[in-house]
Formats: sequence, C-alpha cells, structure tokens
Amino acid sequence: MQGFATEFSSAIALILNGDAELWAIVLLSLKVSIFAVLISALIGMPVGAALAVARFPGRRMLIILMNALMGFPPVVVGLLVYLMLSRSGPLGVLELLYTPTAMIIAQVVLVTPIVAALTRQVVEMLAEEYSEQLRSLGVSRLASVPVLLWDARLALVTALLAGFGRAIAEVGAVIIVGGNINHVTRVMTTTIALETSKGNLALALALGAILIGIAVAVNAMVSTLSLRAEKEGLRHA
Amino acid sequence: MRDLAPEMIRCISVSGLQISKNGTALLNVPRLNLDGPGPTMILGPNGAGKSLLLRCLHGLIAPDTGRVEQDGVPLNKDHKARQAMVFQKPVLLRRSVAANMDFVLKRRGLQRTVRKARIAELLAEGGLESKARQSARSLSGGEAQRLAILRALALDPDTLFLDEPTSALDPSATQMIERMILRASTRGVRIVMVTHDIGQARRLAADIVMMQGGRVVEHGDARQVLDAPQSDASRRYLAGGLVT
Ligand SMILES: Nc1ncnc2c1ncn2[C@@H]1O[C@H](COP(=O)(O)OP(=O)(O)OP(=O)(O)O)[C@@H](O)[C@H]1O
Ligand SMILES: [Mg+2]
Repeated sequence: MQGFATEFSSAIALILNGDAELWAIVLLSLKVSIFAVLISALIGMPVGAALAVARFPGRRMLIILMNALMGFPPVVVGLLVYLMLSRSGPLGVLELLYTPTAMIIAQVVLVTPIVAALTRQVVEMLAEEYSEQLRSLGVSRLASVPVLLWDARLALVTALLAGFGRAIAEVGAVIIVGGNINHVTRVMTTTIALETSKGNLALALALGAILIGIAVAVNAMVSTLSLRAEKEGLRHA
Repeated sequence: MRDLAPEMIRCISVSGLQISKNGTALLNVPRLNLDGPGPTMILGPNGAGKSLLLRCLHGLIAPDTGRVEQDGVPLNKDHKARQAMVFQKPVLLRRSVAANMDFVLKRRGLQRTVRKARIAELLAEGGLESKARQSARSLSGGEAQRLAILRALALDPDTLFLDEPTSALDPSATQMIERMILRASTRGVRIVMVTHDIGQARRLAADIVMMQGGRVVEHGDARQVLDAPQSDASRRYLAGGLVT
C-alpha cells in the first residue's frame, strides 16, 4: 500500500511538472487519433451518405458488411494491417510498419466503419423525412447529400467523437503495427501496457489519469450533443 | 414579386388518373380540369385521397395510369420548378428560421443581399420576424406551419399547392395566411388547396373539388357546391361539416 501511494504521488508529479516524456506520448496519441478520425470522416461520411440515399443492387449487403466491420476485433484489424504493411506484404515497399502512419492506418480501419454506419443511419432517417419536401424544391438525390449531412451535423459530430473515443483508447491494433518504439510510436495505451508490466507504475498511472480525463471529456461532449440531437428528433444508437 | 398576367394563369388537367395499393383503388379521377381564374379548394373526409391527389398534381408520385398536364403539356421539370407545395405536416430543415427561407431563395439563385431583404420582408409579413434566428424545429406547431407557407411563397411559384395550411393556426394567423393566399391568387398564381374548414372554403374558393373514396364526386363553382351540392356525398360531408 505504501508503494502504491508513492507511485500515485509521483504520477501526479509527472503530470504537474510537465514531464517531457509523458507529454510527448500524450501528444503523439492525440495526433494519431485526431488524424485517424479526420481521415475516417473524409471516407466514412460520404460512404455512409451514399449508402443512405443511393439505391443500387448490393446496397443491403454493403450495409450489413459495414455493420459487421464495426464489431471487428481491433487485434485482428492490427494483424491484417500488419500483413499489408509488412516487408513481404502488398504495401511493404512503403516501409510504413512501426511508424505513426501505420498506427493511423490501423485506427482509420477501426473508426471508418463506425463513422460510415452512424452516418448512414442518421442520413437515411433524415432523407426519409425530407424526401418529398426536397423533391418538391427540385433538389436532386445527389444534391440532397450536402443538405442532409449539414442538417445531421450534430449527430455526425457525435459519431466522430465516438470514433475518437474508440481510437484513442485502443491498444491491440496499435501495438501490433506501431511496435511501441520509444520516442517513435509509443502512445498512451501501449505505454501503459508496457510500463505496467515493467513495474513502472508512476508513468502508467499518470497516462491512465490523462486517458480517463480525455475519455470522460469526450463522452461528456457525446452525451451533450446527443441530447441536443435528440431534441431535434435525430438520434442514433 | 413578379405579377403574372391573369390570362397566363396555369391550367392543370388530369385524365385517367388511377393509383391503387394492394388491390384497393386509392385514387380514381378520370377527368379533372383546374382552369378557372381563382383558388381551387379540395374538400372531403379523412382518407378521401386529397393529399394523394395534390401529390400527383405536383408530380411527387407517378400514378399507375393516367396523366397530369399543365397547359396541355405533360407535367415536366420546368413546370415543377415553378410550383411550390406546403405539406400537411410541415417539413422544416434543422436550421434557423431565416436559414430555412434562405435555402429556397438560394435555389432561385438570388444574391445574398437580395435574399436577406426578402427574408426580412416575408418573415415580417408572416409575423415571424422575431423568430428569425430561432431553430425552426423549436417553433410551435402554428409557427412551423406559417414558416412552411412563407417558404413556399419565397419560391415565387406560379402554382401553389397547399395541404391544410391553416389546420394549426389561430384565427388571426389564419386570416393573415388567407390574405396572403388571396393576394397570390390575384397576382395570377394558381392556387390548389386542401381544407377541412368550410368557412375557409367559402371565403377563398372560386371552385370546389369534393372528394370521397379516391374519387372526385363533384367539381364546380364554390357557391353552387356549398349551397346546392349535387351529390349525396357532398351533402353528407357538408352537413357534418356545418354541425361541427
Ligand atoms: N403509400 C400508401 N400506401 C397505402 N395506402 C396509402 C398510401 N398513401 C395513402 N394511402 C391511403 O390513401 C388514402 C388517401 O390518403 P390521403 O392522404 O390522400 O387522404 P386525405 O384525403 O388527405 O385525408 P386527410 O383529410 O386525413 O388528410 C388513405 O386511406 C390512405 O391510408
Ligand atoms: Mg391529407
């Protein structure tokens, strides 16, 4: 118990004293996950919106596939991205393995289905509600996409935050493709795992506290926005 | 707002219109000509097919058989671009009141400053000027209906379909909207409106279309239909309507 208290106070000291190593790790985590979410938004939102408004054979299959991808185990995603990026893999020439870029790719693979699925859900609901009015105004199916995305903005930001929450808290995929290399690819979650196993609890605890802070803040924003979206009659699971 | 020459008022005609779902006929209108100079009011009990007919006239649903023509030409994109419709249940964008107006004005390709002035003008006319920045979804039922009507008028249409546009309005708002509708009609806008308010039909209608069970049971001069209905269905509907 004595040891735990010491670790705890040195964890607090690490945070308060602005420990360079600690903050470098936090910064890299944020950078990787924010990048990943932005890229996921660029891919996931148009794909989700297209699935919501377009009608083509195989659409249902794609939606089911997308929903299935949402529940994909992160470790397996890590493994697959590893195989793609490894020296003998199809993208091996890019030499991305064990770089932050590799971690971003893994998180994009994890987050994009979430963003796409949630976008599809809200946009489809809105499209149904707006359909006749927009047609009456002569807005084509294609031209209705930006209108729907804009009007679903609250729910979409919520989806992005949820994606960010998943990305930043994720360990399995990131440790496989990033390799947890000191000063290069160590993010909060992978560092916590490593330092805990090494017995360096102070750093692990400090990072844990910050991670919790971020998670709580993100979730608070998600609930606030969800409540507002709900008031506008727009909700998703 | 541009005046339309009175002789230029759009004529809408329907022939052989039929819509059925699961074997039941929802709409069966062999012939209907809306070519008088004044507002047409569509009356009839719940489920008579009034909203369905309006949707067909506006080209939102394609009938199983038959066709809708404007000025003798099958309804086309250009016609529809000059039509506006106010739905029975107002559909407002999840934006501010002003942004809802701006959305349709932008579609008409108007300049920013022109749009701003027009929005202020229309909102003032509809008594919503103090709500300009409020989220449209937070409007009261009557306010929402008013916004939907103002938004349709902002399109400056030559044909205006209105589906029970004053069903949620208080008496003074109803009066205000009725004045706006009459003004549009005098400017040469073809008005086709569904209402359950017989007093309103009396105030506004030049001609009345009486519907029941998907059919037009009577179409004629407003006074004549209201005071000396020719069909049983009209008589029954009006008798019930006058009682309530
Ligand atoms: N998509 C549909 N599928 C099946 N039935 C439909 C469909 N759309 C309309 N109907 C039916 O067609 C009939 C006419 O509907 P419509 O909405 O035109 O009625 P209405 O005259 O406008 O009635 P109200 O006064 O209640 O607004 C109703 O019985 C309705 O249930
Ligand atoms: Mg109706």
